[in-house]
Amino acid sequence: MISFRNVSFSYDGKHPVVEDLNFTIEKGESVGLIGANGAGKSTVMKLLLGLLTGEGEITAGGLTVNKGNLPAVRQKIGFVLQDSDNQMFMPTVYEDMIFGPRNYGLSREETERRVDEVLNRLGLTELKHRYNHQISGGEKRMAAIATILAMEPEVILMDEPSTALDPVNRRTVIRTVNELPQTKLIASHDLDMILDTCSRVILLNHGRIVADAGAEAILRDRALLESNRMELPFCLQGWHGRSISG
Amino acid sequence: MDKLSKARSELREMDALAAGNSPVHRLHPLCKLLVTVAYIATVVSFPKYRFSALAVMVLYPVLMFQAAGIPVGLCFYRLRFVLPLVCAVGLANPFLDRTVVLRLGALTVTGGVASMVTLMMKGVFSLMASFLLIAATPMDSLCAALRKLRVPGVLVTLLLLTYRYIGVMLEQVAVMTEAYKLRAPGQKGIHISAWGSFLGQLLLRSMDRAEELYGSMRLRGFRGEFHYARVPKCRASGVLWTVGCAAAFLLARLVDIPALLGGLLVR
Repeated sequence: MISFRNVSFSYDGKHPVVEDLNFTIEKGESVGLIGANGAGKSTVMKLLLGLLTGEGEITAGGLTVNKGNLPAVRQKIGFVLQDSDNQMFMPTVYEDMIFGPRNYGLSREETERRVDEVLNRLGLTELKHRYNHQISGGEKRMAAIATILAMEPEVILMDEPSTALDPVNRRTVIRTVNELPQTKLIASHDLDMILDTCSRVILLNHGRIVADAGAEAILRDRALLESNRMELPFCLQGWHGRSISG
Repeated sequence: MDKLSKARSELREMDALAAGNSPVHRLHPLCKLLVTVAYIATVVSFPKYRFSALAVMVLYPVLMFQAAGIPVGLCFYRLRFVLPLVCAVGLANPFLDRTVVLRLGALTVTGGVASMVTLMMKGVFSLMASFLLIAATPMDSLCAALRKLRVPGVLVTLLLLTYRYIGVMLEQVAVMTEAYKLRAPGQKGIHISAWGSFLGQLLLRSMDRAEELYGSMRLRGFRGEFHYARVPKCRASGVLWTVGCAAAFLLARLVDIPALLGGLLVR
């Protein structure tokens, strides 16, 4: 579904932000992308979306990510931004939801059907005609996910989906993510969320892949996480940060 | 509420106003745009001394405000910073043009006063019509109408993004001002020594936000077209309204209606 072959990227041509990345993600997989600040998580996502252009070859849904294929690639990939305010730029939730489908040429009737279906599925029907500036942070995050789902993408990328959410909203987002059948790539520092939502984890450090394995294997490896400026997920820590898993 | 929050909420209220459902809101945006352009062109074309003939043009915005359910007072309140500038345009005229153009008993009106009043009226009427257009038409629908008129996509996108970025910029200013105030208690405003870095930071932050926002639009298929905009169907009534308004403007421009009515009464 997604493949990175020898992908490198640098902003200034001297200091690589990501270097020699090689990985593939199969259809339906849910993969967590973890790493400390500056590890290159967001850059990987931007490269996949064609917002940045690096060296090497990236494919998504059978299409090579290049200038000519960008509209088709972006139709296949939905990106939930870290800051929902940047994603929800239209006055109302409804207008934001129809933005993508209408731009991709869907009829108004089909768009309406999708909007209603997604809002029903996520239990957000009462948000449909609300103004974006009047809804809470948690509602806005869910609405941002809804805007992406209305495009019916094959792949969903999420950048820090649980940031700035209270526990209940965070749990709602996790439940929603788990119910999505699409291929998912989730970049987050919230390792508990990654443990709850991903079957596989890719650990980055200074733009390189340090580990790529099952979520349990990586997220229980205290030494590996700490050597890459991370910690065990809270649910795997005992009182005062003691590991209960060894 | 501080000034910045007020400005932000006023900006958002414009979106709420534009989302109304009055007969004016339901008109096709292209009809409204064309009528507004025709109105402004007519108003601007009046000769400089014919303020009495121009006065009749106030009917269009006043009636449309009523039909749209938007209080005229709101227009003057929102335009409170621009109106004084518009009114100040002709202030020097009374000193430059002292030719007497009208005598009302003992009262004489010079050409300078007449042209000043005409200029003020032109400015205020044009602003009222522009405000009405924006308050009764969502910005995206307006952009869609501009594209229908074959205005280049780059210019229309620029207009849309400028409108969107005003909000983004105001948000950044609000955040930065708050952060500044918290570390400068008792200080009124931002000290002049911090203006440079404040503006620099504002520019950089706004650019970052703007980049993210535009990126988000592109990722959802935006390529300078406004397929997503809610544009009501162009009905025969809309076309009739457009033609009727244009004809009425032309009539008001060619015939001095107040003078005609005055003549009838005096006779």
